[in-house]
Amino acid sequence: MTTSMGTPPTALIASATPRRRRTPAAAGARRRAALAGYTFVLPGFALYALVMLYPAVQTFLLSLRDWKIGRGAVSPWVGLDNYVEAFQDPKFLDSLLNALVYTVVTVPLQIAIGLFLAVLLDSKLPGRVAFRVLFYLPVVTSWVVVSLLFQFMFSSGDGPANFIAVDVLHLADENIGWFRERWTSFIAICALGVWKGIGWAMLIFLAALTAVPRELHEAAALDGAGAGKRFWHVSVPAIRGALAVVVILLVIGGFNVFISVLLMTGGAHDTQVPLTYMYTQAFEFLEFGYGSAISFTLTAIVLAVSALQYWWTRRRMAD
Amino acid sequence: MDMVGSRRRRALSYAVRYAFLVVAAFILVYPFLFMVSTSLKSRSFVLGDPMKLIPDEPTIENYVRVLTTENFGLYFLNSTMVAVASTFLIVLLSSMMAYAFTRLEFPGRRILFACIVVGLTIPTMMLIIPQFLLARDLQLLNSLAGLVPFYVGTALAFNTFLLSGFFQGIPKELDEAMEIDGAGPWRRYVSLALPLSKPALGTCVIFAFLGTWDEFAWALTVLNDVEQRTLPIAIALFHGQHSTSWGLVFAASLIAIVPVLIVYIVFQRFFVAGLASGAIKN
Repeated sequence: MTTSMGTPPTALIASATPRRRRTPAAAGARRRAALAGYTFVLPGFALYALVMLYPAVQTFLLSLRDWKIGRGAVSPWVGLDNYVEAFQDPKFLDSLLNALVYTVVTVPLQIAIGLFLAVLLDSKLPGRVAFRVLFYLPVVTSWVVVSLLFQFMFSSGDGPANFIAVDVLHLADENIGWFRERWTSFIAICALGVWKGIGWAMLIFLAALTAVPRELHEAAALDGAGAGKRFWHVSVPAIRGALAVVVILLVIGGFNVFISVLLMTGGAHDTQVPLTYMYTQAFEFLEFGYGSAISFTLTAIVLAVSALQYWWTRRRMAD
Repeated sequence: MDMVGSRRRRALSYAVRYAFLVVAAFILVYPFLFMVSTSLKSRSFVLGDPMKLIPDEPTIENYVRVLTTENFGLYFLNSTMVAVASTFLIVLLSSMMAYAFTRLEFPGRRILFACIVVGLTIPTMMLIIPQFLLARDLQLLNSLAGLVPFYVGTALAFNTFLLSGFFQGIPKELDEAMEIDGAGPWRRYVSLALPLSKPALGTCVIFAFLGTWDEFAWALTVLNDVEQRTLPIAIALFHGQHSTSWGLVFAASLIAIVPVLIVYIVFQRFFVAGLASGAIKN
């Protein structure tokens, strides 16, 4: 579009001049350029369309059928039956509630702690790079490894979790069996989620804070603003954009929690989340149609929530 | 007087900051220390005082057993092959697409690019059921090589987007000058766009490698044979079989995360660059 807006003048001149030989040559060059463009795009795009776009459409189509896995078996179309079933399925609704709780607990904690650490690191503090590298370590470590690690720290009788809960904080008189109940399981799962995500939030906030001009802080300090006031009136407005991005991406990540739940509880004691429930329905009970309906519902909910958040922050920024 | 006071206040503020930072660093790093400590204990010593991180009689028997009798050398090789092949293809195909989207003219360019952007909003887990059926129909189930097209295809949207942003910043005049000298699109891509984009390509290499090295859900779904396992599923399934041998599980885990730590510490500035250009969370 941009280039075609740039070309008309030259195109007009070319067609007006009597030397017509140029036009076929230019057309040939353009055709060659277009051919080159397709050669560059095609291998990647074909694979992308096959593995992403086609399955995205298929998820919706599968969700409208009672899928029979056997080759050649007839899979009848059932309309929205799978969706009706999902919203009457207490296990699915429970899994949504679990994901909601997980998100509501982990997102504010990741943001508060991540922002706090970013503010501490935002200055010429000697050794800040070393701290940054350490804080980000959990983010780069695989979910499989850290899920097993946290399972061990919580499950063993005299492990670190019970050491803190019983010997340090005296929350209980004897060791807690964390994975024997729904909400104590979620304490472990949420602890992992927060621990693994803090470094990511911190790094984004740090990038935004580094972009705030020093002069603003100095001017505010000259006006007699204390550290708290400067944080609130100088730093916070500057990182509002980063904050909006972090909230949206963390909420998406929260609803899509999967590996930690699968490996730490396997969904036992009502700890299913939508993705583990979908996975069980599909690959244990071979309910591919029902599983697809759950996938699609979850994605629709998450996209709607992010769109709402986006609209809300845009409106607040405009004010 | 005032100068001395402010200097003292600054020293105090530094001390308070360091106190908070050290506590935070300890909490964030402690689980790793605990994991290393457990992997160095023989089975009978696994439980003990959680604050005592240096074992009385450290032993490497867990590592020896994991690498020899438990086949983890093979799983390491499997993961390496899949991650290297996928990373190479991801960087090649996405840089080609990004180059075409930013520097070549062809009908449908904007629509195709819009399709790529749509891919950024699709969570991969949502696609796992139709992808499984697709892999079955293409006979790509239960094979290491069969993982590669899926790893590459799902990573292309993000990397193409990232590289397009970078290529856009390369002055168009350079391209035009080479074109006048008679260089075709391939030469301009290979000897102009790629060499000028080393930082962005570095970011892509790291994210692509870590993403495929750590991938779990898809490998768990499509791989069956013991010999075909990659490290993440080998560790998870190994834990299922030896649920009390935590020393072994963590020795295997540490073998899997050492390459990640090396890549991360050596290239950590690329992580910041990747995040600054809008990299998403894995």
